[in-house]
Amino acid sequence: MKPAPITEAELHAYVDGLLPASKRQQVEAWLQATPADAEQVRIYRDQNASLRALFSPVLEEPVPAALQQAGPGEPHVPAATNWSLLRIAASVVLALGSGALGWSLRDWQSISSPVQQASPYARGDASAQNQQLAMLPQQAAIAHAVFSPEVRHPVEVGVDQEAHLVAWLSKRLGTDLHPPRLGAQGYELIGGRLLPGNSGPVAQFMYNDASGQRLTLYVATENSANHDTGFRFAQEGQVNVFYWIDGKFGYAISGSVAKNELSRIASSVYDQLQAN
Amino acid sequence: MKQMPEEGKQLVACIPRLRRYARALVSDHALADDLVQDTLERAWNKLALWRSGSDMRAWLFGIMHNLHVNQIRRPALATVALEGDAFDLPVRASQGDQLEVRDLHSALQLLPGDQRAVLLLVALEQMSYEEVASTLDIPLGTVMSRLARGREKLRAQMEGAAAVPASVVPLKVVK
Repeated sequence: MKPAPITEAELHAYVDGLLPASKRQQVEAWLQATPADAEQVRIYRDQNASLRALFSPVLEEPVPAALQQAGPGEPHVPAATNWSLLRIAASVVLALGSGALGWSLRDWQSISSPVQQASPYARGDASAQNQQLAMLPQQAAIAHAVFSPEVRHPVEVGVDQEAHLVAWLSKRLGTDLHPPRLGAQGYELIGGRLLPGNSGPVAQFMYNDASGQRLTLYVATENSANHDTGFRFAQEGQVNVFYWIDGKFGYAISGSVAKNELSRIASSVYDQLQAN
Repeated sequence: MKQMPEEGKQLVACIPRLRRYARALVSDHALADDLVQDTLERAWNKLALWRSGSDMRAWLFGIMHNLHVNQIRRPALATVALEGDAFDLPVRASQGDQLEVRDLHSALQLLPGDQRAVLLLVALEQMSYEEVASTLDIPLGTVMSRLARGREKLRAQMEGAAAVPASVVPLKVVK
């Protein structure tokens, strides 16, 4: 028997997830029997996902100072697009000072805040190298804590667009990135995102296991101290972090999993990165 | 320091979303941020008129929409921005079953403005159709017909683009 026909409006509402459950089932029955409409739904959903993938990185960009400053009665200063790091830093300081925090700025603040405070890991000499090294696990742990609980937007670009993800992050970090495979450890890549580091972009890859437990691999290219290290371990609240420096790269793998399990995963990550 | 009132905080929290929408709407980064700037100025000045408890996002996007419509009534030369990552991306590995991001950006700019606005509010902002209707101040039926036409047109653009051999550089439409 042919299922009850549906309206075009219902087809669109189905694409956009706006139908109640009972109606949804009716549409699904119709799509089963009508491949042309099913194909249309697939294409329209793909349009939604592609538009989000294309434009959502804007949400993560720091808001230009000119927009932050726009307040009652402020004169119009044309928005500029070329941002020196100083101006970005100024907008962060401004945002912190004014208490005017959008959600993306909240993320930005929490990631940037170690810049403004003495790191608890820094030793007495507080050399730049030690600070840099100490901030790596801290920033990785904060980025992990901020993004891993996300239900709808854990990553900016999902693994379904892996080629795009890898090309994009490689381009932004100026180096070929190859997210390691952690299937043998029970974790699958779900995607990644670009984050602000101290002086440039940082990449974060996220992994999931069958139970929903998440790990993040944080890759920074800002290490100028230039001395390699072995594995180091740090704990930031609930988050365990293994981290190491390799040339200009700083790597940190973070998760709320036991230290010995995380250590095995870190070894696998390290081996795969060496092999590339 | 003067404490920012609650509605001011709500307004500031919407800035990243306004920027995303503006970027998709006008494509040129500087012009997009100018549109956001104009929207924020207008919003700050009219904040007292905003009814507390109503949807701040719909109100702000409505202001932006009206400004944008007024701007395109005094047309400048239409351009296609060639900056940004979207243009250097290689084709994704998923063979042919996904849209190419590279073409999506230009295909989107070829949609009529009213269809593009509806599609972006639905796809990016994930607004309900009723919210789109109130944001753009148009009837629900108009939302549905613009959405349907916009999606079909985007699909046709993308399928047309896919049919062009990679070695052929398509001419850009300059209005």
